[in-house]
Amino acid sequence: MSGLLLALAIMAALAVLLGAVLGFASVKFKVEADPLVDKIDAVLPQTQCGQCSYPGCRPYATAIAAGEADINRCPPGGEDGIHKLAELLGVDYKPFDEGAAQPKPKSVALINEELCIGCTLCIQACPVDAILGSAKQMHTIIASECTGCELCIAPCPVDCIRMVPVGTTLKNWKWDYPVIPIASIPTKAA
Amino acid sequence: MSTLYSFHGGIHPPENKQQSTGRPIGTPPLPARLYLPLNQHLGNPATPCVAVGERVLKGQRIAKADGAVSAALHAPTSGTVTAIAPHAYAHPSGLAETCIVIDADGRDEWQPRQGFPLWQSTEPAEVRRFLRDMGVVGLGGAVFPTSLKLASTHLDTLVINGAECEPYISCDDLLMRERAADIVSGIAIVVRLMQPKRVLIGIEDNKPEAIAAMRAACAGSDYQVVAVPTKYPSGGAKQLIRILTGIEVPHGVRSTDLGVQCFNVGTVYTVARAVEHGEPVISRIVTLTGAVARPQNVEALLGTPAAELMAWAGQAPNSDGVIMGGPMMGFKLADTAAGLTKAGNCLIASSAELFPPRPPAMPCIRCGECADACPAELQPMDLYWFAKAKNFGKAQERNLFDCIECGACSYVCPSQLPLVDYYRFAKSEIWAAERDKKSADRARTRHEFRQFRIEREKTEKAQRLAEHAAKTAAPQATLPTPTPVATDKPAEDKAAAIKAAMERAAALKAAGSATPAVQSEDAKQAAIRAAMERAAVNKAAREAAKEAGASSAAPAPSDDAKKAAIQAAMERAAAQKAARGAASLGLPETPAAPIVPNNVLDDAKKAAIQAAMARAAAKKAEREASEAGQQAQPAAPAAHALDDAKKAAIQAAMERAAARKAEREHAEAAPADKAPTAPAPGPATLDDAKKAAIQAAMERAAARKAARDAEQHRPPQDKDS
Repeated sequence: MSGLLLALAIMAALAVLLGAVLGFASVKFKVEADPLVDKIDAVLPQTQCGQCSYPGCRPYATAIAAGEADINRCPPGGEDGIHKLAELLGVDYKPFDEGAAQPKPKSVALINEELCIGCTLCIQACPVDAILGSAKQMHTIIASECTGCELCIAPCPVDCIRMVPVGTTLKNWKWDYPVIPIASIPTKAA
Repeated sequence: MSTLYSFHGGIHPPENKQQSTGRPIGTPPLPARLYLPLNQHLGNPATPCVAVGERVLKGQRIAKADGAVSAALHAPTSGTVTAIAPHAYAHPSGLAETCIVIDADGRDEWQPRQGFPLWQSTEPAEVRRFLRDMGVVGLGGAVFPTSLKLASTHLDTLVINGAECEPYISCDDLLMRERAADIVSGIAIVVRLMQPKRVLIGIEDNKPEAIAAMRAACAGSDYQVVAVPTKYPSGGAKQLIRILTGIEVPHGVRSTDLGVQCFNVGTVYTVARAVEHGEPVISRIVTLTGAVARPQNVEALLGTPAAELMAWAGQAPNSDGVIMGGPMMGFKLADTAAGLTKAGNCLIASSAELFPPRPPAMPCIRCGECADACPAELQPMDLYWFAKAKNFGKAQERNLFDCIECGACSYVCPSQLPLVDYYRFAKSEIWAAERDKKSADRARTRHEFRQFRIEREKTEKAQRLAEHAAKTAAPQATLPTPTPVATDKPAEDKAAAIKAAMERAAALKAAGSATPAVQSEDAKQAAIRAAMERAAVNKAAREAAKEAGASSAAPAPSDDAKKAAIQAAMERAAAQKAARGAASLGLPETPAAPIVPNNVLDDAKKAAIQAAMARAAAKKAEREASEAGQQAQPAAPAAHALDDAKKAAIQAAMERAAARKAEREHAEAAPADKAPTAPAPGPATLDDAKKAAIQAAMERAAARKAARDAEQHRPPQDKDS
């Protein structure tokens, strides 16, 4: 009888001890956010353009992680982005929806400084603080920080902002994928 | 005699050097126009320090080094800077690059040359800065600023690279044959700066004359001239270091960490010319060979168009292009108008006989020939697989970035695969991905900080409001507040500041009303009144449009909008006229001259603001009107939108005409009115004319925009009907 009681006591003590260890660990090593969200967020292009219908890249990442959003809603990420998300999440590649926004070449906003009236509306709209200016002062875009989200275009009351495609320069030029050039072979007339 | 080592792999392509070594170094005629790209070295492009139209002397600095990794640029001859603009550039992309264009005046007039005679006693850092300002860069191919390479001191071995392993190229050979003494004095300068224990000069044994000349020049010094076996690519820095010292530079380690530094003979030659003779890098020896009548080496000015050099050498009519660099690592110039750069060691006129087109590529059979030939001891077939499959991560794991793109693998490939093209493609894709990642990370941080800032502002505002409420409540309860809270203080300060500002404003206003410039006040009031009326009209129009939309009265909204717009325009014109009248009236009545220009300026500003406001209002009204129209009459005729556009255009034209008329009248009236007061009318009318022109332009823009909007609105209506 005493053996049984002893065994029970030992088991109870063990349970309490292990419970305490687990409880401590859950407090000490608590993970604040879903690590998957971070991983998805790292793949997204961070234009913060809202074309996915979420207010920014991180909310979209959260929605993907929660299974609420499709992976093909990010036009700035392009096909490559969908491939990366598919690989990360272990799901099938899914092309962009018909009629939905399609990827387009990267561009940056440009303010026509002749027309700008200094209303600061675009500054408030810019998600990455890439517009410089203050009330009744002419505004300008910091081109190196502009993500090309186009969010500043709609609020402008005098339509002085337009998107300028980023051309190829020596800095961002890339070698082409090697292809076999097709050349016409001169044939002797018979 | 030191022992020689061997590096892995390597090939023995036909040398083809003897064609261009038969003649001494020539001097081509002075070109009429030189194109000097600002970005011909590694690192930041140089910053121009001359203006278009400026006359420059030979050797004058025309662009400064921008940052540490950069080099200066100098005028190769005397002449005039005619442009600083994009021009064809010697780069595989064929993209244009900003060039300083100099029209030579034919006099070739040097600026006073100042060397650095005290290089033996001055701080090495001073000499390095001097070399950077002289534009000295590595002429072996990497064009890395030499001043940075010279910064490591107390080396074990200094390697001078005279190997020149690539076929066809013989510029270093001829330089060593003819100018060995200058090379050796350059070595002496480098030795003084870097303090190496020994100096080894490596020259391939297919250049006996160069070896003899260098040995003669080195006699009496302890510099060793070493003949190395001919094998491509023994001229690569890592390969030559391996041959001469036996040291293998591992992945991710710099040769200086192992006590070895390597310089090209051309580079040390320019070091000597700069330090001893005060001559910056303005020319270089370049081999002109291939399908030309007179293959030879020439000392050509930087910026000389490649086409001119080839024409001088007698480019064969069947030649189909110009290769810059050697046949293994060079590239075909997209445009032979490109100027010679510091990296341009060789120009080869290519032809189908010399370089027959590569046979079609066959599948890789994994024979391993490429791995045997690779001097970097990589597995080229693996890199090929991964690059082809765009599996860049794996390619990087296999040390893709240790590839020196020498082309030995492509040369031996029995399947004729363009292997190097794949590696270049993979490298540039990886670089692009890294760039994108970096900019995405920056955008993320900026976005997160913005959100944090907005949140902080919100809480601060709430706190301020709470404090304010507490303060207004507090005095009634307890007047003295003996325990001032730390957060209270800034708020109080702010309140005091606001109060002071308000008082200042009041004082200013009082002073303003007391001054004789009452007219401006009147004009301002008139403008304000007009703006208010306009706003009221706009509002009415909008409401009317809404009502019309609700009651589906078909043509009403556009009519109302039109009426409102016309009215607004008329009022605007009236306000402007009043303002103008006030401004001109102000002249005879107030003798105080300085007020007038201020007035005019203010008016101009006012007019601009007004125009902008009007534009904004018009945009809004139109959008609402078109929305209302769409809602009200889904079956509206397609011509409706077109009508709107037309109407807007007509309106703009009318306004323009009115402005013109007013201006003309004003101009006519002005001389009569203001004949007695001579000095003022000139600038005033000019300003008015300008104003009118600006306004007209703005209205034109508005009309164009309206038309565009109408275009955009039309298609859905078409579909609906």
